[in-house]
Amino acid sequence: MSQYAGVANEDSINLSRSERKRVRTRSWKLLAALAGTQKPMLALTLVLVVVSNLARVAFPLLIAWAIDWGLPQVRNGNWAALGITGGAYVLAAITAGSLLGWYILCTARISQAMLLDLRLDVFRHTQRLSLEFHENYTSGRIISRQTSDLETLRELLDQGISELVSAGVFVVFTLISIFVLDWRSGLVVLVTALPIWLLFGWYQKRSELVFRESRVVSARVIGSFVETMTGIRAVKAFRKEKSNDAAYSQIAGEYRDNSIRSINLFGVLQPSLVLIGNLAVAAVLAWGGFRILDGELGVGVLVALLLATNRVFQPVENIAMFYQSLQSATAALEKVSGLLEEAPTVVEPAKPQPLEHAAGALEFTDAVFGYGDGPVIMEKFDLAIPAGQTIAVVGQTGAGKSTLAKLIARFYDLRSGTLSIDGVPIEQIANNDLRRHVVMVTQEAFLFSGTVAENIALGKPGATIEEIILAARAVGAHEFITALPEGYDTDVNKRGGRVSSGQRQLISFARAFLADPAVLILDEATSSLDIPSERAVQRGLQTLLGNRTALIIAHRLSTVQIADRVLVVHDGKIVEDGSPAELIGSEGRFAALHRAWRESLV
Amino acid sequence: MAVQQGHSPAAGTPSLGATFARLLPLVKPILPRLFFGFLCALAAGIVALTIPQVLAWLVNNVLNPEGQGSEVWSAVALVGGLGALEALLVFLRRQFVITPAARLETQMRVRFFGHLQQLPVAFHERWGSGQLLSRSMSDLSLLRRWLAFGAMMLVVSTVTVLTGLTLMFISSPVLGAIYLAGAIPITIKAFHFRNNYRAASRLSQDQAGDLATAVEESVHGIRVIKAFGRGRHMYDGFNFRAKALRDTEVSKAKTLAGFILFVVAIPETTLGLGLAAGLWLAAQDQLSVGALVAYFATATVLAGPVENMGMLMGMTLTTKTALDRHFEVMDTENTITTPEEPASPSTQRGDLELRNVVFRFPDTPGSAAPTLRGINLHVRPGETMALVGMTGTGKSTLLQLVPRLYEATEGQVLIDGVDVRDRDLLELRRDVAVAFEDTILFSASIRDNVLLGAPALEPGELETLLDSAIETAQAGFARQLPHGLDTVIGEEGLSLSGGQRQRIALARAIAAKPRVLVLDDPLSALDVRTEETVTERLRATLAGTTTLIVAHRPSTVALADRVALLQDGLIHDVGTHSELLGRNAHYRYVIASLEDEETNSIPRPGGMQP
Repeated sequence: MSQYAGVANEDSINLSRSERKRVRTRSWKLLAALAGTQKPMLALTLVLVVVSNLARVAFPLLIAWAIDWGLPQVRNGNWAALGITGGAYVLAAITAGSLLGWYILCTARISQAMLLDLRLDVFRHTQRLSLEFHENYTSGRIISRQTSDLETLRELLDQGISELVSAGVFVVFTLISIFVLDWRSGLVVLVTALPIWLLFGWYQKRSELVFRESRVVSARVIGSFVETMTGIRAVKAFRKEKSNDAAYSQIAGEYRDNSIRSINLFGVLQPSLVLIGNLAVAAVLAWGGFRILDGELGVGVLVALLLATNRVFQPVENIAMFYQSLQSATAALEKVSGLLEEAPTVVEPAKPQPLEHAAGALEFTDAVFGYGDGPVIMEKFDLAIPAGQTIAVVGQTGAGKSTLAKLIARFYDLRSGTLSIDGVPIEQIANNDLRRHVVMVTQEAFLFSGTVAENIALGKPGATIEEIILAARAVGAHEFITALPEGYDTDVNKRGGRVSSGQRQLISFARAFLADPAVLILDEATSSLDIPSERAVQRGLQTLLGNRTALIIAHRLSTVQIADRVLVVHDGKIVEDGSPAELIGSEGRFAALHRAWRESLV
Repeated sequence: MAVQQGHSPAAGTPSLGATFARLLPLVKPILPRLFFGFLCALAAGIVALTIPQVLAWLVNNVLNPEGQGSEVWSAVALVGGLGALEALLVFLRRQFVITPAARLETQMRVRFFGHLQQLPVAFHERWGSGQLLSRSMSDLSLLRRWLAFGAMMLVVSTVTVLTGLTLMFISSPVLGAIYLAGAIPITIKAFHFRNNYRAASRLSQDQAGDLATAVEESVHGIRVIKAFGRGRHMYDGFNFRAKALRDTEVSKAKTLAGFILFVVAIPETTLGLGLAAGLWLAAQDQLSVGALVAYFATATVLAGPVENMGMLMGMTLTTKTALDRHFEVMDTENTITTPEEPASPSTQRGDLELRNVVFRFPDTPGSAAPTLRGINLHVRPGETMALVGMTGTGKSTLLQLVPRLYEATEGQVLIDGVDVRDRDLLELRRDVAVAFEDTILFSASIRDNVLLGAPALEPGELETLLDSAIETAQAGFARQLPHGLDTVIGEEGLSLSGGQRQRIALARAIAAKPRVLVLDDPLSALDVRTEETVTERLRATLAGTTTLIVAHRPSTVALADRVALLQDGLIHDVGTHSELLGRNAHYRYVIASLEDEETNSIPRPGGMQP
């Protein structure tokens, strides 16, 4: 496995030969794949370019024809010639204009289609990647991959294709005409290909590093920005503004220096190309001039040659600009394609076993778990939870309670052993089925932009407003929601400030209630609720939990009391297992915890 | 989900001139360099146009079969020299322009960031960070490009076109007038184009910002999305927005294509008319064929710049809307600022008083009751006051009034007798430390996170402070992390569990050594054992510090000397826990635990005497 596979080491700038080749190829393949879907449109665009260039070539010919043929005709009193020449010119004008307009539209369609494809691909892929990936790859990077990195592709496509194609066509046509006029001068022009090629090679080598660095630095600028804005409360409360300003200005300065470096590289490339072109003209002039002295070359031919040589180099600048955008986009696509190369560690089964209805019986057999290659977190254990049982998991922070929950929600897979739902191994259940049957509510109750109703409906897309209200009532959230300015239609984004974290927890409870799963996991889901709200939730839970399996992680005794069975987790092991009454009666950890609780409930 | 947000432009968008006029003071310092860049661009353009003329002249007049070898060499030297000069000018143009443009971009970006940091929390609650991000990154890079390339080329193209027109008039006033007549339909079209393109360009920038916000949410909400298996749903929403953006971009291109069509076809059409007219004039011998040829030669040279002007106008409009978006945020007034002459309290005892405090969210309809209706609360120096009330009664809102994260609508918040609005903001926030219910940690080491608000002390004293804060908050687990207290956490580092984060945040508030400590349900994510230890330690730590603490549980209330009960936007009762249990039914309802209710046990008064 390459050490640069996926997003590994994506911040390195200097790569070994083979690794560089790998990431570049990966990047170009992505670009080619995106362009591949646009073949018919690209072909049409190519035709348009050629035809519109031909129409432009027609203008000088028409003028020459008008003067050579039209003028004598008019002088002889043939006034129709005025209309014919003028009309032909206007026709050419309208044709050229329309073709150009059409062509601009076509390139926009192509570039937007490619951009949309990639945008959707990256989004979908990122969402599919496992939680393990998200916990290690910063959100700033994901955001920058999906914003500023894609922006470079857009720049390439927007100015790139049009410049490149029409410049290429122009250069080829002009070069041919030079060869036809005088092959020796053609050779002189061809010889300049060598320094140009060397120059591009030099630019490519230098700019590759700078552009690669640019993606890394811009991701840091974005990361720092997003972190500050999402954490603004703490920034203000702890007066972090000044040090943030300094840090941001430092990193934005690095980004600026990087841009200046890349632009300066181009600033050498572009004038050098101009210089080479102009020297080529001088060379053609020198060689042609002496041949005129020797009488080997006509003056008219030399004029034509010189003008053509002068023109052949004009679009080389456009090609250089395209090359610059290509370098920049390639560097960005190196990163994007790396992200796309990441495979989810929790894999959706190729041939899932259908699980239309689940009763919710869970069984761990010889289960062992650890993150990645890290140490074992949960030592080998067996655990059977019959369908419909309500389990409370208690233990100290870091004992492994949440791990148990994450395994059942299949955020992670076991290192060895099996976990099955109704006898079906969890790895063989289609993601859709699994998520329909198993729902987890966590302590961090995240609200998405949209209305309160839409946030609850996340539990069951397409739910009617009646169902939504029913769910909200069941968990005791209805009262506060109706008290909001626009009730269920209140935009949580605009009014984020007035939805407290307790209320957010109630909304996520309503979400879970609406989802109506066979297995419900509550990970500290009531921590921010006041006692009456918690009581309401628990009443709701008792109805909700009636015939479903529930795993409740809680620090509160009140929650444990509605459980049929209690598991005490300590240091990655299940150390006690029994009904609350049994455990209280024993002299174990739970009994001690229970005493502590009683004392806290004054 | 619904398309969002309070960033739609105000009804009257500023005119093109007004927007760019605002840029002027910012551009002023780099104006000389831009001007030199412009001169170089112009000179390079002139040299480029001269070279073909010189070539033709040399060939016709200097080089002929009877000429000398030395004449060829001097001709070559002349052409080579002009060529080198053009290359040099192109090089210089970039040198003059690039660095200042990139500097200005960065300077504005940093200023934007700084301004956003100053804007009140209420602003950030309305704006998605993706939307702000797109304004800080793409909008400003558009400006740089426009400054370094667009604006300059627009001027150069305009100068070229004007010069060309003059030359045409010199060749033939009639033909010149015909060509110029084409400017009328183009101007009319340009007017429509400007309006349509500007609207489309603004829309696409806003949509790109919303898309960035959607990306940001999809990343920060990934756990919920996965827990509910709603990837498909999120994807559909994203797909919808991404397609909307694509459609806007395509319709923008359509508008531009229509305009470019005009800009190319109209001048050429007028040339067609000019051709007919020219032939007629020539036939009448009122115009020489040479003048006709010169007219068309000039027109050919103008075709490029005229077409470019269309493109550059599009670019200018896009930059204009990007600047509008930038200035919209920069114009948002910061309502929470340090006054001209900040006051300092004469004593620093940590006396906190709220007098008739009313708080109303700015968008609350006038008819509805404000969130806080007239709060009167006095927390004595060194006292710990618990704030108890139902979910959503405004406890967190009230706490945020103290460090002025929110501003009271009416009434006063006083610390040691001085209104917080009269204080220097940074000083105030040094005196008041907060632990929020959603813990926000930063990408830094645990040490730096905890010492974020700490006073300036000797390294040794800081270490002691760090140790004691970690001890009190029971955050000792941090020492067992891979790099101990130097382990980087937060966005760029190790992810911690909710309980661990909460303890770090608590340690951070304690280490700030504030005069007034404001804690928002700081123990909610802790298990009972840890909570018990933290409570014990906190009680000792809080002894001399005025503390206002939101509590949902009796165990947290146990920390407090007195309790204030918040109900319906008012403080209904203040007293010790046992007093309130004895006399206030609502308090019993809010704080009495489920077990008490179920076991019908009577609250035990007296258990909580301070």
